Amino acid sequence: MTGRDWVAWAKPGVFLLCLLPLALTLAQGLGGGLALGANPVETLLHRSGLWTLRMLLLTLALTPLSRALGRPWPIRLRRMLGLFAFFYGMLHLLVYLWLDRALDWPVIVEDLTERPYIIVGMVALVLMSVLALTSTRGWQRRLRRNWKRLHRVVYLIAVLGVLHFLWLVKADLREPLIYAVILGVLLALRLPWGRWRRAWTQSAQSAPAVARRSASSSR
Amino acid sequence: MLIRKPADIPSSEITPPEVWRARRTFIQGAALGVGAAALAPLGAVAAAYPRPGEDEPLTPREFVTGYNNFYEFGTDKGDPAAHAHRLRTRPWSVVVDGECARPGEIGIEDILSGFDQQERIYRLRCVEAWSMVIPWLGFPLGELLARFEPTSRARYVAFETLFDPEQMPGQRRRVLDWPYREGLRIDEAMHPLTLLATGLYGETLPNQNGAPLRLVVPWKYGFKSIKSIVRIRFTAEQPPATWNRMQPDEYGFYANVNPAVDHPRWSQKSHRMIGGGWLAKRRETLPFNGYAEEVAGLYAGMDLRRFY
Repeated sequence: MTGRDWVAWAKPGVFLLCLLPLALTLAQGLGGGLALGANPVETLLHRSGLWTLRMLLLTLALTPLSRALGRPWPIRLRRMLGLFAFFYGMLHLLVYLWLDRALDWPVIVEDLTERPYIIVGMVALVLMSVLALTSTRGWQRRLRRNWKRLHRVVYLIAVLGVLHFLWLVKADLREPLIYAVILGVLLALRLPWGRWRRAWTQSAQSAPAVARRSASSSR
Repeated sequence: MLIRKPADIPSSEITPPEVWRARRTFIQGAALGVGAAALAPLGAVAAAYPRPGEDEPLTPREFVTGYNNFYEFGTDKGDPAAHAHRLRTRPWSVVVDGECARPGEIGIEDILSGFDQQERIYRLRCVEAWSMVIPWLGFPLGELLARFEPTSRARYVAFETLFDPEQMPGQRRRVLDWPYREGLRIDEAMHPLTLLATGLYGETLPNQNGAPLRLVVPWKYGFKSIKSIVRIRFTAEQPPATWNRMQPDEYGFYANVNPAVDHPRWSQKSHRMIGGGWLAKRRETLPFNGYAEEVAGLYAGMDLRRFY
């Protein structure tokens, strides 16, 4: 046993922490009264949606964090946080279908065919389900190299999720823009900056040579 | 032996709803010991206007005053209740000018004493697909407008909210093009259902609900009912309206409640009644918010899909 196995020990704690938003909301909802505000369905929809996005961004932050620290432990939390994003996404869907739309299928079908922000959100949830289903070790083995390719879809899911949020806001874009900026940073951190810098410095060094050569050839 | 069972009909079903509602409001007002003067004309509550049905109870006061769209105090629904205490509603006056014979300025005290304040229980339908049932205190806008003698050139009425970022911190960010502006066609403005509200639930209008003076046009989406009015202007041309200017394809100038014309991003066929809790079903939205009989005539011959 190495000293680094504190991650295995910390995992249940992180698990419980991830359940906290749900637990607090349930307590507020079941406690009755006005804890969930004047429009509780809206509150539940908004909250479950926000936690889906937050978990998604946290998941995407783990790889850059691991690289920055030079340690692998953040990666070991990645699957759990990803599955929590999926979990809150499913709660979001459930609140929408059952509490908001009262399982009124004609209306739901209309939403899913006519409202861009709902279509985008739904596509994100479907893609998320695929990633959740294939998140097991068995599927990792079965899909081999394709597993990694498949799970890159998470970037698309996050973009769709932020777009879903941006599109439903009426005038004040500040909150969804904060999520957009964080996502932008997390995606930018994944770009191969090092390789580009090397390529750029190399080309900068060789540029005068090229210029000289082309100048001489034109003469 | 004859044992008489008490009738299992609640008294609320025997008493006509307008009577018990008015009574309830009266008791609440009296218990709080305020707004007694404003309640005096309640005996004449039988003014001809359609009241929401039995299945549409008054929205609890804490929701009416705690869940508001009033971006001047912030874009969250709780912001107005949290920040509206900064608004000073005295002294307050409204400038009325434009196409009228007697332009001028009228103080809030004169408005409160010069017009019969009556109670009107109206549905409020927000463009965001939720609704409330609110017992307003106020008087028909037309009564005030008539005093300024609009001329034949006055085809529209424009309204403006106070602009003062000190008192209205939400105005420090340009979320909307301040000051908030709205407009009505003159016949809409003169319609007896169109109210200038000075109170609700038998009390002075809380700041977060648009104190000291706001418009209430019950057959239009809530954003038409401009709050904290400082200026009214008669115009010959259709005046600019804030939301309409910002997103003309989403918010029309008329903005009549219409289940047949969806907001481009969401359906307007149904809405949620605030106060129903989290298992309450959505309700079907009615044309003109249920006031079609009274107001549909204003739009005879108009294509309401075009003039939404």
